[in-house]
Amino acid sequence: MKRGPQETQDSARWINRRTFVMGGLQLGIIGALGWRMQSMQVEQAAQYRLLAEENRINVRLIAPSRGLIFDRDGRPLATNEQNYRIVIVREDAGDIGEVLARLTQLVDLREEDLTRAIEEMERRSPFVPVTIADRLSWEDVAQVAVNAPALPGVTAEVGLSRGYPMGPDLAHVVGYVGPVSDFDLTRGYLSEDEDPLLQIPKFPVGKTGIEAKTEQKLRGSAGTKRIEVNAVGRVMRELDRQPGDAGADLQLSIDSELQNFVQARLAGESASAVVLDCETGDIRAIASAPSFDPNLFTRGISVKDWTALNEDKYRPLAAKAVQGIYPPGSTFKMITALAALEAGVVDPEETVYCPGHMTVSGTRFHCWKRGGHGNMNFHESLKQSCDVYYYDISQRVGIDRISEMAKRLGIGVKHDLPLSAVATGIAPNRDWKRATRNESWRIGDTINASIGQGYVLASPLQLAVMTARLATGRSVTPRLVRTIDGQAQPSGAGEPLGLNENILRRIRRSMYDVCNHRRGTAFRSRIVAEGQEMAGKTGTSQVRRITMDERARGVTRNEDLPWERRDHALYVNYAPYDNPRFAVAVIVEHGGGGSRAAAPIGRDITLQALYDGEPPLEAYPTGVHEEIKEMRARLNLRDFTDVSGSDKA
Amino acid sequence: MSYLVYNTPFVPSGLRKLLFLHWPLIFLLIAVASAGFLMLYSVAGGSMLPWARPQIERFALGFILMIGIAMVPIWFWRNMAAVAYVGSLLLLVAVEFVGVEQKGAQRWIDLGPMNLQPSEIAKITLVMLLAAYYDWLPLKKTSHPFWVLVPLFFIMLPVFLVLRQPDLGTSLLLVMGGGTMMFLAGVHWAYFGTVVAAGIGTIVAVFQSRGTPWQLLKDYQYRRIDTFLDPSNDPLGTGYHITQAKIALGSGGATGRGFMQGTQSRLNFLPEKHTDFIFTTLAEEFGFVGASTLLVLYALIVLFCLVTAMTNKDRFSSLLTAGIAMTFFLFFAVNMSMVMGLAPVVGVPLPLVSYGGSAMLVLMIAFGLVQSAHVHKPR
Repeated sequence: MKRGPQETQDSARWINRRTFVMGGLQLGIIGALGWRMQSMQVEQAAQYRLLAEENRINVRLIAPSRGLIFDRDGRPLATNEQNYRIVIVREDAGDIGEVLARLTQLVDLREEDLTRAIEEMERRSPFVPVTIADRLSWEDVAQVAVNAPALPGVTAEVGLSRGYPMGPDLAHVVGYVGPVSDFDLTRGYLSEDEDPLLQIPKFPVGKTGIEAKTEQKLRGSAGTKRIEVNAVGRVMRELDRQPGDAGADLQLSIDSELQNFVQARLAGESASAVVLDCETGDIRAIASAPSFDPNLFTRGISVKDWTALNEDKYRPLAAKAVQGIYPPGSTFKMITALAALEAGVVDPEETVYCPGHMTVSGTRFHCWKRGGHGNMNFHESLKQSCDVYYYDISQRVGIDRISEMAKRLGIGVKHDLPLSAVATGIAPNRDWKRATRNESWRIGDTINASIGQGYVLASPLQLAVMTARLATGRSVTPRLVRTIDGQAQPSGAGEPLGLNENILRRIRRSMYDVCNHRRGTAFRSRIVAEGQEMAGKTGTSQVRRITMDERARGVTRNEDLPWERRDHALYVNYAPYDNPRFAVAVIVEHGGGGSRAAAPIGRDITLQALYDGEPPLEAYPTGVHEEIKEMRARLNLRDFTDVSGSDKA
Repeated sequence: MSYLVYNTPFVPSGLRKLLFLHWPLIFLLIAVASAGFLMLYSVAGGSMLPWARPQIERFALGFILMIGIAMVPIWFWRNMAAVAYVGSLLLLVAVEFVGVEQKGAQRWIDLGPMNLQPSEIAKITLVMLLAAYYDWLPLKKTSHPFWVLVPLFFIMLPVFLVLRQPDLGTSLLLVMGGGTMMFLAGVHWAYFGTVVAAGIGTIVAVFQSRGTPWQLLKDYQYRRIDTFLDPSNDPLGTGYHITQAKIALGSGGATGRGFMQGTQSRLNFLPEKHTDFIFTTLAEEFGFVGASTLLVLYALIVLFCLVTAMTNKDRFSSLLTAGIAMTFFLFFAVNMSMVMGLAPVVGVPLPLVSYGGSAMLVLMIAFGLVQSAHVHKPR
């Protein structure tokens, strides 16, 4: 197009004007961009720098090693065992199917583990190690290590897992750990615990026993490591690391050799026993039979095992020694007597006539001896365990003073032990019945309570405490943990109870005769070794009501009843009589008579404790030597010769 | 359209033309491209491969093309404008049928050694065609409604084709580039005023209608707008890229983290770090100093182009140069706004720096045209 000069000039002027506008606009935008750059990179730089650091740096927790638990001699009760596992990294493995196929030829792998591992690998990023199998033997791991070239991406790793070398012996005491659950964190005992470690999936926490009750001490505190990660979470390098603090080690008062004996001695029964050190309150043994293997739980218990444990009528999971409460039966008579004698309402030499029963406000209360004991003073009444004597004196002293005495001796009060579900038991009085049942106290209640029936309930631990307090006159308090992280815990020796020593001496003397007098109820189970004699008391507590009809026909013998309706057999004792070292309580659930079922166990346990190992046969009366030999042959004891304790005691 | 029209006895000929090239502009281009090579080397973790080396080769090829085009008189290119435009339209149509699909968009034609992106070519050919159109159109008719509709038609044809790929970013750039040409050519202010008013009206209507029965966009489209306006709303979804880009940029600080020390890019937090988001790496590693330097270099390129456009008395050359300057400006302004969170994320590369063959070659060809106009301007 040919243009004249005028038109060319117009065109240029036009374009220049518009270009100016355009250029100005562009300059403005460039200025805005520069200003924005300045504000982001100079003014807000620190803030963005922080965000970049947060992006790239991840803080990971390092789990501390859990505190160990030892017995009084330094033998390990809960350990952290090395646990070998094999892991696979998908991106290093290449053909996963091929590698896993080769691996199965070397190591015995479960089908379900393999499928789970494959699923997990597909779900996660290719660089995340996935565990194929856990808790492998050293041989398996060695096999993998030797064949490493043929198994790309497969490595063996060592982790720590909780082990309980004493197995079932201390299952109820030490408890066990398991992976932390939602329940623990929301409603369980960890709901107030804000330790970040608990957010680690499958982090092991105590589920029962000492493991649970001293969880915070055993756990330790988390270490941290800062790692640099890229956008998809792959770890590029570790920047720094702060190791955490290992959990505190605990030393228990338990003598695991004695514990093992007690547990073995109780085997076959649904029973429990407690051995208390009279001097320090140390619990030397606290057994509940039958038991279970806590190692089953740390490995993840199978449904079959779990069902078996739950459906067993002997209740292996229950820690009967502390959470089982039973009518103490005749073992409660010391308390009734002590209350009456202390109150001065009865003279120890005063006699009560026992015709075999007593009628109070229209109800007939029977003595266990149908024909009656005749004239009974305090000494005879305890030795022969006459019920009528206690019916009589309990009415004179009244339930409130009996209840108060029971509490002074440790029954109906909760002993503070780091165990699950420690029972309080019941030492009933008027207020208690009013408060819990909204009924007024009746005289019949007092009569039942006087012989440890009716509302009275006590745990084996409480009975052992009672016996220790009777033996020493001091407020012996049970102690289960001797040291935490090397720091000694207060002794349970206790202050004097302030009871009349003469009265206590009479009670001890009567208990001595229970075991050592020809007519004592535990005479058959006496100790004959010089200076080791026991003082004790048997008990047989009814779990059913005996009707008038049955009474008329003759009371059905225990052997003829179904197991769960038989009487509980109880026995409490301390020894030696003149220098009390150990107090023992034994309860055999539905075992029948205390003198037959419980006293021999109590004697065996006491002797084992006194001799700190197997006692000589001479400590037993000659008549039972054969029986003892048979019993010893039957016992399935752990061999302690190779369990070397690092003598922490 | 003969040589005589220009009445320019001083137009150089032969190799003497090399002396008349706009050398400051060439040095600027080399400087900017070198910054690109450096960043591509850095984001590859300190390696010439896979990006820096091919980029250098393409720049070299583009440089030769630029010089070659600059040697050819500008009136030849004016005569070729319509041909180039039609050619690029054909390529856009071809993409429909033989295009390679990447990330949900069909934008590329596979040419063996490189992928050709016809929409990049269309940006320049549209500018060429409109410059030629207004050179041909008598000045008086510029604002006549009919002669306004014709260039609109020229613009909408490629826009329509590009939208079908779909590529919203390039379509918008085409519209803005075309609009700029019309503005520079002198179309009456009232037209632009109307368009701007209509645009604002539409935006207001879109936002006002939200949540009412007559809402103009789908819910997910509103959510995208929300994400753009506040990326922290959705830090791991759509907002992720922009959030990470801003973190990289801001954390560079005044002087940067140092060459190859940018954690955001090195640890892959940045998306598309070698293409659309390469500026964030530069800003992270060289800080405000580096980023603003690049901005100044870009501004100078635009400035030099605009100055030569204004001093050129040939209408076609003038319009073409200013139009190319605007296209170039739009490239980097949109890209930078995008990574700084000032504009939505649309796929626009940082010119001469981002890795990409088509954009590099097309830009070098465009600057070849600018050089040709500069060399052959009436003196």
